[in-house]
Amino acid sequence: MLTYTIRRLVLAIPTLLFISLVIFLLLELAPGDPMAQVPLTVPPEVKQQMREALGLGQPTHIRFAKWLWQFFAVEPMVWMDHTFGMTLAEGQQRVISWQTRSPVMDIVIQRMPQTLWVVAMSYVVGILIALPIGIYSAYRQYSVFDQVGTFVTMVGYSVPPFFSGVLVIVIFSVQLGWLPSIYDTTLVVVSWDTFILQLKQMVMPVMVLALQTTAQISRFMRASMLDNLRQDFVRTARAKGLSERSVVLVHVLRNSMIPVITVIALGVPQVFGGAIITEQIFKVNGLGQLLITAIQANDLPMVQTVTFMLAVLIVLFNIIADVLYGFLDPRIRYD
Amino acid sequence: MTEPVKSAAPIGALADAEPVAPPRSQWRDVWDQFKHHRGAMIGGVIFFTIIATVFLGPLFWSLDATYIDIRARNQGPGWGHPFGTDQLGRDNFARMMAGGQVSIAVGLIAMLLALILGSFIGVIAGYFKRLDGPLMRLTDLFLSLPLLPLLLVMVLLFRDSLNAVFGPEQGIFILMVSAIGITSWMPTARIVRGDVLALKEREFILAARSIGTTNTGIITRHILPNVMSPIMVSATLGIANAIITESALSFLGLGFPPDFPTWGRLLNDAVVYLQDYPERVFWPGLAISLTVLSVNYLGDGLRDALDPRIRGR
Amino acid sequence: MNLKSTLTCATAALALASMAQAERGSDGQVNIIYWQAPSIMNPYLSGGTKELEAASMVIEPLARYNQDGAMVPWLADSVPTVENGGVSSDLKSITWKLKAGLKWSDGTPVTSEDVKFSWEYCTADGGGCAQIEKYLDVTEVDTPDELTVVVHFSKARPFPYGPFVGAQAPIIQKAQFKDCMGAKAPECTEANFNPIGTGPFRVTDFRPNDVITLEANPHYRDPNKPAFAKVLFKGGGDANAAGRSVLETGEFDYAWNLQLAPDVLANMEAAGKGKVISAFGTSVERIMVNFTDVSASLGDERGTIAHPHPSLTDMAVRKALSMAMDRVLLTDIGYGPAGKPTCNVLPAPAIYASTANDGCLTQDIAGANKLLDDAGWARGGDGVRAKDGVRLSFLFQTSTNAVRQDYQALIKQWWSEIGVEVELRNIDASVFFGSDPGSPDTFQKFFADLEMYTNNFDGTDPESYMSNWTCDQRPRPETQWQGNNMPRYCSDAYDALSAKMATVGGLEERAAIAKELNDMLMQNYVILPLTHRGRVAARSNKLGGVVMNPWDSEIWNLADWYRAE
Repeated sequence: MLTYTIRRLVLAIPTLLFISLVIFLLLELAPGDPMAQVPLTVPPEVKQQMREALGLGQPTHIRFAKWLWQFFAVEPMVWMDHTFGMTLAEGQQRVISWQTRSPVMDIVIQRMPQTLWVVAMSYVVGILIALPIGIYSAYRQYSVFDQVGTFVTMVGYSVPPFFSGVLVIVIFSVQLGWLPSIYDTTLVVVSWDTFILQLKQMVMPVMVLALQTTAQISRFMRASMLDNLRQDFVRTARAKGLSERSVVLVHVLRNSMIPVITVIALGVPQVFGGAIITEQIFKVNGLGQLLITAIQANDLPMVQTVTFMLAVLIVLFNIIADVLYGFLDPRIRYD
Repeated sequence: MTEPVKSAAPIGALADAEPVAPPRSQWRDVWDQFKHHRGAMIGGVIFFTIIATVFLGPLFWSLDATYIDIRARNQGPGWGHPFGTDQLGRDNFARMMAGGQVSIAVGLIAMLLALILGSFIGVIAGYFKRLDGPLMRLTDLFLSLPLLPLLLVMVLLFRDSLNAVFGPEQGIFILMVSAIGITSWMPTARIVRGDVLALKEREFILAARSIGTTNTGIITRHILPNVMSPIMVSATLGIANAIITESALSFLGLGFPPDFPTWGRLLNDAVVYLQDYPERVFWPGLAISLTVLSVNYLGDGLRDALDPRIRGR
Repeated sequence: MNLKSTLTCATAALALASMAQAERGSDGQVNIIYWQAPSIMNPYLSGGTKELEAASMVIEPLARYNQDGAMVPWLADSVPTVENGGVSSDLKSITWKLKAGLKWSDGTPVTSEDVKFSWEYCTADGGGCAQIEKYLDVTEVDTPDELTVVVHFSKARPFPYGPFVGAQAPIIQKAQFKDCMGAKAPECTEANFNPIGTGPFRVTDFRPNDVITLEANPHYRDPNKPAFAKVLFKGGGDANAAGRSVLETGEFDYAWNLQLAPDVLANMEAAGKGKVISAFGTSVERIMVNFTDVSASLGDERGTIAHPHPSLTDMAVRKALSMAMDRVLLTDIGYGPAGKPTCNVLPAPAIYASTANDGCLTQDIAGANKLLDDAGWARGGDGVRAKDGVRLSFLFQTSTNAVRQDYQALIKQWWSEIGVEVELRNIDASVFFGSDPGSPDTFQKFFADLEMYTNNFDGTDPESYMSNWTCDQRPRPETQWQGNNMPRYCSDAYDALSAKMATVGGLEERAAIAKELNDMLMQNYVILPLTHRGRVAARSNKLGGVVMNPWDSEIWNLADWYRAE
């Protein structure tokens, strides 16, 4: 297993380089213009000069090479300078966003707190709710609990966040006035009061996002549990006199986890870039909002960097999922 | 479907159970099981009611979905307009029906496309070790591509040529369905592959192989039926996804012309009016949810009916 | 401006003055929401409106426009004119005097060197300055003493108020930006995010595309202002949510650019927490008519003057399209009080507004039908008119935006009543307004028969705006499809008149020329104007001192805002 993991990690490097090239070419090909948001009152010649100042006049392969150097050499150097007080990156150009003319990585780091507080938290909450619902719904298939669970999760999944988000705002912010409709990213939790404020502003976005996660994961959990509950080994386990609890929660659950692990691993990168609509509705301004504004402004360095970092997460979590398969089902061998 | 009989009955019992009725076809069995599944039957009835209303309804409803009666704008439900009218005085009932045709068609076809593509790649990658690496790296690549620029590139490259070949409406439909399909098969592929990896090491596959079953045979007769449940779940979630994604596509200028209604778009347009005219959000929201729910129950019933272990129980 | 509104303004200003006699920073925090978040505080590096307005809280120009479009001195002690000797009689130089005792927010004095530096900064090579147009024809900026700035132009400039005027061309501090010239501009993140300014506030924390926090500038020239100690300037979300946060939940005090359906806004306002305010500048929502053939079969010559449009070059068709539209109804549905139906592409300021075309405000479908009948466009079996095998079937494109899609649907219906078939298309704004020569969907390439969008001009002088429709402004392959003359209209008379405007000095005469240019475009139906659009914002009932300004930054008088209980 260890050799397999190492081999996959090594193989991930060329894969990621290739992915970064494809993303770069895709962004090149996509219609768009970093000057699209500049008012029409600015004359075309001036816009052309602005484009050239951004480096858009250079050929594609040179810009790609520059990005590679900036991302893989300069950014790590900056990080080392920052951590160890060295001066490796002195005078080196970092990956600079076209919208803000500032280093992309600084903005990404700035966005981490709200992304983790809201989006990552909602993912954890969603999983924690989904697993028991899925397990119990399968164990008591077609019971009232299962029917209600199915109904709620499917309706929850078919109602998109652009609707459910606005709905909860109208109910809890406008009508009842209990919760703020706008997330304050400048809030720092230092005391009990600020913690309560933080909780209040988190509740709605976390609720809306967790509903989607819960719906998806609980459906896969239920389906997979149903499959395994009917297998022979369950009967054998019961016949051996194992407690029902250990039959279901150890034997069946373990064998049912493979699709669920896959789905969970697929969802992690989404945490860092997929919650676009919910972030916009609640003005959370996390990484998802960063990515979408960059795409709309055609800020290629920013889009390239953020999507590439998501790609790293995607590849990494898929490797983690594959390794976990081996632990969950020792019959799976990779060699 | 004829998996080696695992729950073989004791010999004594077999002697008693001489078939009294003539042999039945397998699909007959499936149907018998299916129609005893209450959820599936209700789901089926609702689903066909929606389809019938949406496709046959316009034959009996004279108002056109795009006709503007500006004096009748923002009306509540009434006899002339059972679902009311929108901000331009277009009849919401007609718009729901016209929108449903597109949304259901797009939802079903895009979902099927994603499902077939995803299951195919998943099964092949899981089953053939040599293909696993390349196919899964391909999946990683597709997962990594930013959706919006990808869609814009597809419009740029294919809209005009598809329009030239199939005409504007069909061209856009094909483009839209393939855009949704091509950008949403990856989760299904990874899930199916994970299951296949575990399945192919199981004893019955080994048994099938030892009696000389071909790979195709093993895949179609033994592997596919056993990965049906995650596929069914992907299918139901996929329909909801496709209907919502369609509305997002029309905002990019990738969908149907802007005066053409779809459920996703009706829902989206109505969200601003949530407080003033809540019924406008209600109808498309309900229609999407009902469609997804009914397909979900149909899927449940179908899966149970196809599972020989519980059939006839 | 009439007497009554002058008086209202004056009393409002008086009331303001007496209310705002409070101490600096005594009113706590003001919360402003811009649903498009600013990404930089330096308007020279980003031409975007959101950045311009955010920066206007911190850095200021020598003079700016007030709510009536009149120029008021800001950092200068008066506005130079030919009459007061500030502008030379040959119109080739202008002399500005700074107010005495101005200080930057770091306490150092503001000098004429800083003014000169602002010009040098914007015109430095490789900087890609977004406002370089403001410094057009400037050859030299002299600084005879610490407070005097003389701007020299290469040729006579009848309207010399480009440099250092308006939110687009503010004064930046030389000490802070001296190492950020030209290609080095992006390296100065700290300066670009946190410019030292003369405005009422200074940045304490700038988070690009998210939120800006500011505090009162301790060195602001008026010791009693600003009344607020802090500003929270939040970005993100959408117009609907921004309006709600001011009008319904009261979390914010001011929301910008609320382009929402009028009944939605009215219902939000009914919650009683705030007011919707609007003011009219020069923005006009218009339909551009394409004079060239855009059939895909033409290949590389598509959309060029080599192939005139088969039907839209017939004036009867263009006129009929215009007559069939009910601009009053469109405006009422789409913008409500924030829009006025208009028949001019140059609707304001008042001295430039023509009244010769106002007949278009009345819809006349019968007249349009008759016009087309007379011109030989006969209805076919499918109800669509045709002549010599050319059908009146058009592709009508615009950017994705709820109001524009409503406009499209209504217009399509009216045009179908006069036998014109319309296919609608909406395009994502980032593609439509982008100028990517590789994309077929940009508003400049205009591969459609008709397109709709809004345009305006900065400040109050329409000279460069009216020159948009001269022949050499036509987008074409040789210019990489850049240019402002989307209809590809070309008339020698128009070009000559536009050139004349650049040489004429007197305001009356300039106004007459501008009106004539406008009338030429309107009476040839090159552009079909629809709605004169205002800026719409919402302010909380607890916020006083807001004076909406359509000619400059909307929050130009932030220093005068105060808390009203």
